[in-house]
Amino acid sequence: MFRFRKAVLAAALLAVAGLAGAQGTSKWPGVGRDATPKEVAAWDIDVRPDFKGLPAGSGSVAKGQDVWEGKCAHCHGIFGESGEVFSPLVGGITKEDIKTGRVAKLTDSSFPGRTTLMKVPTVSTLWDYINRAMPWTAPKSLSTEEVYAVTAFLLNLGGIVPDNFVLSDKNIAEVQQRMPNRNGMTTEHGMWPGKEFGKGHKPDTKNVACMKDCVPEAKVSSFLPDYARNAHGNLAEQNRLVGAQHGADTTRPEGKPGAAAAQPAAQAKPAAVKADAAGADNKAAQALTQKNSCTACHAMNSKLVGPSFQDIAKKHAGKADYLAGKIKAGGSGVWGPIPMPAQALSEAEAKTIAAWLASGAGK
Amino acid sequence: MQEDLSSGRIRKAPENFLNKDGIKTVLTEAKHGRRDFIRNAFAAAAAGAAVPAALAQGNPVPTEGGDPNILNLPEHSKGLGQGVAADGGYGKPSKFEANVQRRQSPGLTQTTQASVSFAPLQSLFGIITPSGLHFERHHQGWWDIDPSKHRLMINGMVESNKVFTMDEIMRLPSVSRIHFIECGANTAVEWGNVAVPTVQYTHGMVSCSEFTGVPLITLLELAGADLKNGKFVLAEGADGSSMTRTIPMDLIKSGEVFVAYGQNGEMLRPEQGYPLRLIVPGVQGVSWVKYLRRLEVGDKPYAAKDEAVHYVDLQPSGLHRQYSSIQECKSVVTTPSGGQVLLDKGFYNITGLAWSGRGKVKRVDVSVDGGRNWRTARLEGPVQNKALTRFNLDWVWDGKPAIIQSRAMDDTGYVQPTYKQLRAVRGTRSIYHNNAIQSWLVQESGEVKNVQVS
Repeated sequence: MFRFRKAVLAAALLAVAGLAGAQGTSKWPGVGRDATPKEVAAWDIDVRPDFKGLPAGSGSVAKGQDVWEGKCAHCHGIFGESGEVFSPLVGGITKEDIKTGRVAKLTDSSFPGRTTLMKVPTVSTLWDYINRAMPWTAPKSLSTEEVYAVTAFLLNLGGIVPDNFVLSDKNIAEVQQRMPNRNGMTTEHGMWPGKEFGKGHKPDTKNVACMKDCVPEAKVSSFLPDYARNAHGNLAEQNRLVGAQHGADTTRPEGKPGAAAAQPAAQAKPAAVKADAAGADNKAAQALTQKNSCTACHAMNSKLVGPSFQDIAKKHAGKADYLAGKIKAGGSGVWGPIPMPAQALSEAEAKTIAAWLASGAGK
Repeated sequence: MQEDLSSGRIRKAPENFLNKDGIKTVLTEAKHGRRDFIRNAFAAAAAGAAVPAALAQGNPVPTEGGDPNILNLPEHSKGLGQGVAADGGYGKPSKFEANVQRRQSPGLTQTTQASVSFAPLQSLFGIITPSGLHFERHHQGWWDIDPSKHRLMINGMVESNKVFTMDEIMRLPSVSRIHFIECGANTAVEWGNVAVPTVQYTHGMVSCSEFTGVPLITLLELAGADLKNGKFVLAEGADGSSMTRTIPMDLIKSGEVFVAYGQNGEMLRPEQGYPLRLIVPGVQGVSWVKYLRRLEVGDKPYAAKDEAVHYVDLQPSGLHRQYSSIQECKSVVTTPSGGQVLLDKGFYNITGLAWSGRGKVKRVDVSVDGGRNWRTARLEGPVQNKALTRFNLDWVWDGKPAIIQSRAMDDTGYVQPTYKQLRAVRGTRSIYHNNAIQSWLVQESGEVKNVQVS
């Protein structure tokens, strides 16, 4: 009995101690626990402009080039210049920009695009983003050395660091002083919802709510050219079948007065898709192309990084086994200079996708 | 389906959606009088010139003395309908609503994983966007994450770094609030010229939901955050892009920012960040981090990729505005709108949406003559803070060309600007934060076109 009472007392004491540890002085006892240092280290990967959070390490331009060609070039181009998949990374900056910290071409409205290196003011942003989100289909797979190396190579493509440069946590602050658009940002605007920057929410336009005879005769200054009439698909199929307004049939030229409106509602049809058995197989195969990130490089009807599914289906009709092999092993030279890496999907999935391609890549 | 529809003649946004040839065509047509056709048509009608005869009556009495839809009883009046839970336990819209979809803009992006689909504003009522029609914006594809394995971490300038499970977050006191979310790049393709035909593509990156979740200040207090020196919070997602954005502590301290798991009465949709998303009312969508996994309290801003490369607004000086976040007051008429056809002359309800990232919508005025004269529209209440607000205005269309515009004002007194005013300050290459007044030209044929006026 005595022993029993002692045990109960001990348990109660333990329980109290445990509660105290979990609750602290919280208004919401029992909710949440302390994160372990290991957990924080696993997720706290951000790097700030003052390089807080940057892990020690280094990587060379040369090493970066190897990584680039294997993991980055197929989307961004050999020189970071490609606009095929994403906006170009490299281009539009000069030696003078590196000196001034302002990219001169940003004031030239005839210059076609804005590359990443033209815009990014902070080298930490490049390091952080490559580390957290690249490569596109396998984010967070690069080692710290590879991230330094790829960052160095990218900067080298922009002429910001020399060919023999080794970027490290020791010299990255010096590199920051060469970023071509480092002085190109302003926080003098009224659109930050805090007090830290800008003009305290003060807007930059000042319209007045005039009600009568406000402007002279309105003139139409911009509208879509006729050739673009159906470029977004038939607008009749993008509006509800009933309502005050129906969608315009953009597969036909614009009607004379009255003609477009004369079309009765009964004639318009919803763009419903019927799914039959073949359709279900097609859908399953397409789902696999999505799941295995094939669609990052291949689109249904248009060339992306690789050929379209439709083009593959045309070229290799009926050759399911060949295609299954190619999907698994990868290849190069068949469709152009950019190689397709070997793919780590299951045999069964490769076969399903190959069968779908060989039978015409239907929807 | 989209692939078939793409002509390939309209190219990549955002800077100029029309390609060089397209712009040339516009200029050539203008020279050769094509533009004058539209311009003159409007001017002539406005001047009270002759107009064509009345359009066909939309609902005429049939010659046989009655409408067969009335005279011949339909199947659904004569038979037995379907049973409960017939569609797998989760109801779907009518099959006749198949046209009402979110859609991609052809040629806008090269991948579907870093892309956007636009909400069909022309077909929506009220202020709540059905969750399945909510616009989508993904940076590296969407995921359907097992909520039992999802964790939220809070670290940085806190007394103790914390980890929460979804079970724990859902135990805390919750709020339910209706807010709009708008992508900073909504209407981006229209900065320089008209580029897309319908309100779905011009304004469809805005949606509005009732969100349910826990005020972020509660979680920060739980971790013992330094609310004095910790002036910024970094929000980070759990997906491949691990999206990060800097949020000002002032806004969090106001109690407006919350972490949401609920949307319109159910859990968030996977495309909207299931199971946890940050809600930052009034601020552009990119800050509403999806699949929210971590919040770090710090004393400096973070210059994340989407604060230093994208979501920065180029000004004519060559400087980019950084940390531009608030979505300023904006409105758009959703019907009649581009790509629609008015069926007949006569009465119409002009309806649309207004919103402001700085507070409540105070007033919306509507013009049918290209901005010369305005009438104040009715606001459907209750008007809520940083939420879509529905406006309506009676209108009798006389069959003449009309240019319809809406102009919103918020409770700070700010009035939505014209294109001329906006471009005078920001030029045409800003990409983000285009809140200019939208114009729709109703032609004599009844067909409505997206236009800009000078």
